[in-house]
Amino acid sequence: MKQKTLFTVAVVCLIAAFIAGVLLYASQSSHLSEAKRAVLMRADAPSEGKAGAPVVIVEFFDPACGTCREFYPLVKNMLHLHPTRIRVVMRYAPFHNGSDKVVAVLEAARKQGKFWPALEALFRAQPDWVQNHTAVLDRVWGHLEGLGLDLDKVRADMNAPDVTNVIAQDLAAAKTLNVTQTPEYFVNGRPLPSFGWEQLQDLINSELHATR
Amino acid sequence: MNTTEPSARTRNETAWALVFGAWLVASISALGALFLSEVMHLAPCVLCWYQRICMFPLVLILAFGLFPFDRKVSRYALPLAVTGLLIAVFHLLLMAGVIPESIQPCTRGIPCSEKTIEWFGFVTIPMLSAVAFSTIIALLIAAHFRSSK
Repeated sequence: MKQKTLFTVAVVCLIAAFIAGVLLYASQSSHLSEAKRAVLMRADAPSEGKAGAPVVIVEFFDPACGTCREFYPLVKNMLHLHPTRIRVVMRYAPFHNGSDKVVAVLEAARKQGKFWPALEALFRAQPDWVQNHTAVLDRVWGHLEGLGLDLDKVRADMNAPDVTNVIAQDLAAAKTLNVTQTPEYFVNGRPLPSFGWEQLQDLINSELHATR
Repeated sequence: MNTTEPSARTRNETAWALVFGAWLVASISALGALFLSEVMHLAPCVLCWYQRICMFPLVLILAFGLFPFDRKVSRYALPLAVTGLLIAVFHLLLMAGVIPESIQPCTRGIPCSEKTIEWFGFVTIPMLSAVAFSTIIALLIAAHFRSSK
């Protein structure tokens, strides 16, 4: 009997300690530390929305990631609803095999002012060029035709040192910010409490409200 | 009433307490591991997963060995604990650089040789794991010799 009581008390204490830990951790991590804030933005990262918009969403994405593809129109819609109040900054997190090359293509397209059309075309055609969770560069080119891109220039630019440097910089930032899966969002420097469209929407709405 | 009975009972109670201690260590380790991955979002590397595979079942096996007390529980729990300790030691050696990078079985996403946590300058996750498995092994061996034959 005494043993059963001891065991029960121990189970309750362990669960209580775990929950207390979760709550304590959540209250401490709703804002990023200074060091993490410093790497959150990259000035020349592709972005959309008004420059001085009060709500800045930083999205770490992988063009080969299916969830990024699904979230893209939702975030885009949010931006259309509040064009003057939201800005979206895209940062590269090529976690899939081979997708660092595709990210390089995007960055090369950005040099021609075609980042967004190229990204949309790639997301649309994703099932074709992502095979078994691996990005196949050879299958990408066909989907970029008709966007007014100079593909020869893209091929040349994608291996340029500044492009490689940008990707390395974004991957380093992702590591510092503990971004291990895509898409990952930071709204005005605040990470998602847990992953999900509803949580992202809530966070954006609370920031829209707070900056009104 | 024969005279050896009270002594056998005390011996069994001590053994129970030792197994209970082992269960406590396993439970704290399992919850701690879940906290690191699910709350702090530190992705476990492959070697961490193998250690978890050894640790998580211990929570259930040891709990079932406590009610009713089964003195054979060490027999079932020790193989898991020893396997876990061996993997933890391998992990520690890998981190220390004793075992070369080339034979590490990890994906490029989360290399096992990387230190995600370093508390007080020396406490790492595989070190906590090795300490936990060693404690469980010691407690279970003590329980095995304590329990009445």
